[in-house]
Amino acid sequence: MDGYGYRMTAHYRRRKIVGWIFQGLTVLSAGLSVGVLFAVLGFVFVRGVSGLDLALLTETPKPPGEAGGGMANAIVGTLMLVGLACVFSLPVGIGAGIYLAEYGRSGALAQLIRFMADVLTGVPSIVVGLFAYAVLVLPLGRFSALAGGFALGVIMLPTVVRATEEMLRLVPDSVREAGLALGITRWKVSLRIVLPAALNGIVTGILLAVARAAGETAPLLFTAFGNRFWNLDPTQPTAALPLQIFVYAISPYDDWHRQAWAGALVLVSLVLLASLAARLGSRGVLSR
Amino acid sequence: MALPATLRRPRRISSRTEDLVFQGAVALLGVAVLGLAVGIGLSLAGEAGPALGRFGPGFFARSVWDPVREDFGALPHIYGTLVTSLLALLIGGPVALGTAIFLAEFAPGWLRNPVSYLVELLAAVPSVVYGLWGLFVLGPLLRTTVQPALGNWLGFLPLFQGPYYGVGVFTGGLILAIMVIPTIAAVSRDVIRAVPDDQREAMLALGATRWETVRHAVLPAARSGIVGAVLLGLGRALGETMAVTMVIGNRPEIPASLFGPGYTMAAVIANEFAEATSDLHLSALFAVGFGLFVLTLLVNVAARLLVWRVAWGPVGGE
Repeated sequence: MDGYGYRMTAHYRRRKIVGWIFQGLTVLSAGLSVGVLFAVLGFVFVRGVSGLDLALLTETPKPPGEAGGGMANAIVGTLMLVGLACVFSLPVGIGAGIYLAEYGRSGALAQLIRFMADVLTGVPSIVVGLFAYAVLVLPLGRFSALAGGFALGVIMLPTVVRATEEMLRLVPDSVREAGLALGITRWKVSLRIVLPAALNGIVTGILLAVARAAGETAPLLFTAFGNRFWNLDPTQPTAALPLQIFVYAISPYDDWHRQAWAGALVLVSLVLLASLAARLGSRGVLSR
Repeated sequence: MALPATLRRPRRISSRTEDLVFQGAVALLGVAVLGLAVGIGLSLAGEAGPALGRFGPGFFARSVWDPVREDFGALPHIYGTLVTSLLALLIGGPVALGTAIFLAEFAPGWLRNPVSYLVELLAAVPSVVYGLWGLFVLGPLLRTTVQPALGNWLGFLPLFQGPYYGVGVFTGGLILAIMVIPTIAAVSRDVIRAVPDDQREAMLALGATRWETVRHAVLPAARSGIVGAVLLGLGRALGETMAVTMVIGNRPEIPASLFGPGYTMAAVIANEFAEATSDLHLSALFAVGFGLFVLTLLVNVAARLLVWRVAWGPVGGE
């Protein structure tokens, strides 16, 4: 009896130690994931702050090899591209989301649209760039902010669709029934009662999509293309912050490397502020 | 029934028409989303036509890429894409899964949300910023420390031979490993949490330790969802462009060593498209893009089906 009991204890101790080891490994993994984030953001912050100057935010680029200049036109360009992306993606995305939530809860077509929206999320952004080149750059005959904004809009679209649908679904059916019982038509119930009730969450989803689109580089390489000068004409090539960072990073000039880090700091700040705002605005709604 | 016609008819007809018009309009927008997915495939295939017509399906199996002589084959790029993505899953997958298990099972309540949020932030960092970091921080670090160490220990394998450049397939894979962590971790965490507590309680009641509960009750029940999460990560790795472009070395060859410079499908499009002058070169790049589209589509469809089954279907029945 005693021997048996002793063996059990030893066995149990071994099992506990194995458990601790593996639990420790999961803690280590989580630490590693978070550590990498801090390693990346830390370098961006330190090198970015030391490279940041007023010229970066107020001037346009100097010719290659010349020190100085800035990325002001690229920052404005990114804002314009994101604005155009919203023009392309919001009406379609919100409309499709309304369809999925209000009319297509279980239909085969709705199921297919839902599935394709999810799959669209996984289409590489460079492929979206090729698509925008084929449908907008080739017919227009030149690179343009329009094509870049369209590409970013395609990238935003699936997120907008799914965010709209999920937020509308959170609105209880009793609200819809109350509206219908008052004799209000169905479309007015959708647009005037259900949509405003879910607006907060939808704006959050849109903000997340915008944050993602603003940091995209690949789809802009051969659509917006980049521009050394100020441009506010959507039919002309336009500079964009991520694009500028890329070009400067792979250039052989030290001063451009400095500006690339400073630009990265500006970009990361914009993106993180947007997702932080979204996070705070949606406290308890999106966080599962 | 007995309502006066004036009260009934005009209003009902007009409101029904309004409703139908609205429903038709939003349904049309929904179909537009479908059309977009189809349109991307069709337009890429169309533009890829000349190159695929010239080289045939063998385009994807030829290892020559020579824009000067207009001789194109996508094999080096396919190889680079597959090897970097595989490396990413091998390195990033276990870390992401460990993070997910920690977040879903072991993390104390006060730590759960902050860590979840930080891991999700990894996905919010733009890929060009990862590229910048990889080029100026990670690459030099690998060249001076990690690669010589690997070369010393595993140098008898051809995979770990050759000069250390800092940029190359290995660095590309490592950057991708970081970038797939948030995707795999977030989705795995959700599917692990979807496993009903009964399963855990039954296992604990049998005297299992917390780790044994996770290992033998929770993970098997969440298995197909976790596979789906890994596939979603694979989809992200396959299509990732900027970060890889900046650290892979950009040489259209199949390097024998992981330390050698290579190329990926996304990177060749990013680098050469805007400067391609001949129509055949452009078409060849479209063909590479079409191949990439089909590849990521297959991976993503498989992943979504697996994740959907776990999230919506009966759990733990396998």
